[in-house]
Amino acid sequence: MYIIVVGGGKVGFYLTSVLKEEGHEVLLIEKDLGRYMALETKLEELVFHGDGSEVHTLEAAGAARADVVAAVTGRDEDNLVICQVAKKRFGVPRVIGRVSNPRNEGAFRALGIESTISGTRVIYSLIVHEVDAGELIPLLPLHRGNMTIVEVKLKADSPALGQLVRELALPKDSILISILRGDDILIPRGETKLRRDDTILALVKKGAEKALKEVLV
Amino acid sequence: MRLVIIGCGVMGALLANTLSQEGHQVTIVDNDPKAFRRLREDFDGKTVLGTGFDEEVLERAAVGSSDVVLAVTNNDNVNLFAAQLVRKKFGVPRVLVRLFDPEKEKIYQDEGLELICLTTFGARAFQAALTNERSVESAQAFDR
Repeated sequence: MYIIVVGGGKVGFYLTSVLKEEGHEVLLIEKDLGRYMALETKLEELVFHGDGSEVHTLEAAGAARADVVAAVTGRDEDNLVICQVAKKRFGVPRVIGRVSNPRNEGAFRALGIESTISGTRVIYSLIVHEVDAGELIPLLPLHRGNMTIVEVKLKADSPALGQLVRELALPKDSILISILRGDDILIPRGETKLRRDDTILALVKKGAEKALKEVLV
Repeated sequence: MRLVIIGCGVMGALLANTLSQEGHQVTIVDNDPKAFRRLREDFDGKTVLGTGFDEEVLERAAVGSSDVVLAVTNNDNVNLFAAQLVRKKFGVPRVLVRLFDPEKEKIYQDEGLELICLTTFGARAFQAALTNERSVESAQAFDR
């Protein structure tokens, strides 16, 4: 896969490094000359100097053959336009926009950018999770929010404690993805027995959240 | 007409002062309180402090009930974000956008926005000046 990352802050730098390690072809675009030069000493030819919201920069970066463009600058307005230019002008199949102000997630969607990630929202979810243990915490909306990855921590009064996964009356439109137990990550099988303090990730379709909650919380 | 201007830079303030004097009802938005110093003392419109692409700020500026919105900050991406929101979410009938990058003009021309690219505009003025048209015009202006 060829991935273009725009914005060489911490998010962009680590994202580029991880993608490179995983063997992907990746290019990081940075607008600020000073930051570009600092990045170049670490990433060498994987970093490109230019304004990623401008057509000629994306063109020179080979956006026309990119599989993914990830706009992760610290500015929501730049991320929106980068995604739109990549999509409209270069037909990039997958564009992802980082959103700092969670209020802008809805705006991005209304303006044709479906795939957004908000660090603020994720951290907020974690805080709410601490306060509100035992609830289903939506972590990642998928397919325009018609499906969500949720997290739930099993409390002492969860009806699922001591049950095998195959015994759970899980709603049809949901599946358990993983269980975090202490430092272990388990992939749930039919024979996996649920315990107190297990943190479960589940995939659930819109409308089935309530039924899933009744089984686990 | 009820107008909302996004961006109180040199151009936004010039437009706000002129349009307000012409009798239009003007609201101007900027995220820097100092920017409003560019407005003349007799400017009788409203000022709204905040980011032009923040829906809550746009609501405070009552864009929903405006006839025209002018997005004229000195940042293309801010203008494009604000203008598209105003058009799509608030349904403002006319949205005028200041742009610098002519390439963006091509990409966004089908979004129901009226794009005014200052670079294209300026280049034409320079070309016209080179071919003497303007010097003829200004000579005529002097004659009058």
